[in-house]
Amino acid sequence: MPFNLLKYGLSSEYPVEVDLPPPKELKSSYDVVIIGAGGHGLATAYYLAKYHGISNIAVLEKSYLGGGNTARNTAVIRSNYLTSEGVRFYAESVKMFQALSNEFDFNIMYSERGQLTLAHTDATVRSFRQRAEVNKHFGGRTEMIDRQQIRELVPSLNLDPGHLPVLAGLWHIDGATARHDAVAWGYAKQAAKRGVEIHQLTEVQDLIIENGAITAVKTNRGTIRCGCAVQAIAGHSSLLMAKAGIRSPIQTFPLQAMVTQPFKPFLDPLVSSSALHCYVQQTSRGEVVFGGGSDPYPLFNTRSTLDLKESLLAHAIEMFPFLANAKLMRQWAGITDMTPDYSPIMGLSPVKNYYLDAGWGTWGFKATPICGKTMAELVASGGKVPELIKPFGLERFSTFQQVNEMGATAASH
Amino acid sequence: MKIMICPLNGPRNISEFTYGGEFKPMPDPVNCSDAEWADYVFNTDNLAGVVREWWMHTPSSYWFLVERHTVTDEIQRTFDPREVFNTRVDFNTAKEIAG
Repeated sequence: MPFNLLKYGLSSEYPVEVDLPPPKELKSSYDVVIIGAGGHGLATAYYLAKYHGISNIAVLEKSYLGGGNTARNTAVIRSNYLTSEGVRFYAESVKMFQALSNEFDFNIMYSERGQLTLAHTDATVRSFRQRAEVNKHFGGRTEMIDRQQIRELVPSLNLDPGHLPVLAGLWHIDGATARHDAVAWGYAKQAAKRGVEIHQLTEVQDLIIENGAITAVKTNRGTIRCGCAVQAIAGHSSLLMAKAGIRSPIQTFPLQAMVTQPFKPFLDPLVSSSALHCYVQQTSRGEVVFGGGSDPYPLFNTRSTLDLKESLLAHAIEMFPFLANAKLMRQWAGITDMTPDYSPIMGLSPVKNYYLDAGWGTWGFKATPICGKTMAELVASGGKVPELIKPFGLERFSTFQQVNEMGATAASH
Repeated sequence: MKIMICPLNGPRNISEFTYGGEFKPMPDPVNCSDAEWADYVFNTDNLAGVVREWWMHTPSSYWFLVERHTVTDEIQRTFDPREVFNTRVDFNTAKEIAG
């Protein structure tokens, strides 16, 4: 990299780098069809090409690249979950995130700022102790801190909001943020370089299943045959699963977020409070991002509601009173596929050669790299489920072996 | 704020109501298989369209049924569950609990 800079500096022409090759006609058949060109789908394609030498892959996207929940999440990266299955999985993801900019030769603006979760009740303090221990056990850096330490970390935080004084904090040193679009672009660029075809504006309308195995997918640009298919569409997972005749426990809820005008840097860590249903972070541009819990009832719509915005802002202002005068710049919603146990649904499906990457509720972005890596292993091995994602199979709901992830953002509300 | 018409209490703010899940017939808990029971407990249709679901008016603890469009968020109809449950449902469970 530094030598390149010198070379370009001395040359009169700057080489134009093509990020994505121009769109091509669809081939009639691919080894692997990945439905959904968000972070997860693109990461799966990338690791298939990189580690497993499979590059006859089509990634199909009904809209544009990384335009779904990859662009709508609040870009929190952390591994301080509660269950050992969850922590092991997300901790691996955090490690991969740390190396991603170098791997892509593209800056995903990974910024390790630490994440602070606030406890306002004794019960939460107890669950934090457990989370800290589980996290440490799996190599994460998490510790309990007291009010004084919180005050030093985040001087602008109000430690006595209304009826809910802060008792303690769960300080997750590995907590980080990154530019979510860049993660999708980085994977897309590197996958395309290795021969993966990314087809935008290509909507999968139906799945063609013969003798219990997927053989082709029908799109708005024609039918293509496939050796196997992976669904990685957040927000509408259950609708596509229904097309394959798969019953699922997913319920779809909107999650609303918003962002203020930029401020001078005042908030380094990512701060969240489960009792106040609010998480707050300042982006590298200085804007303050607020996210809250999911809407109170299911909906397939990214509309916003005044009452949810009002309550979210009221809580944000209790935490950071000076933000009362802040102007909001944007507000939006994402569609989250919630599962009853707040863990994802990954792995095999009742349809042969059809793999699931679904149920990503409010925990999808932070799992992008590890999800791509494990899904790629699953696909390349022809259906041998990697150890790391075994607990997340769809069948856990019929064998009563849920992974009760109460460390999830929505669960703690 | 969004208004929902409670069949018992009339038009109220949506914040007065609690969502109670999809309306689905319960299999006989004693005689059904584990798989049927798991399907009833966990799986949902999660349709993008008009769905029938349970809601409760929280202050009066009154449960009723709603037909709602899950894409447009339009509440099309709210009605008392008596409309659906017009005959007595007897499960063998009752005996077991009594015994």
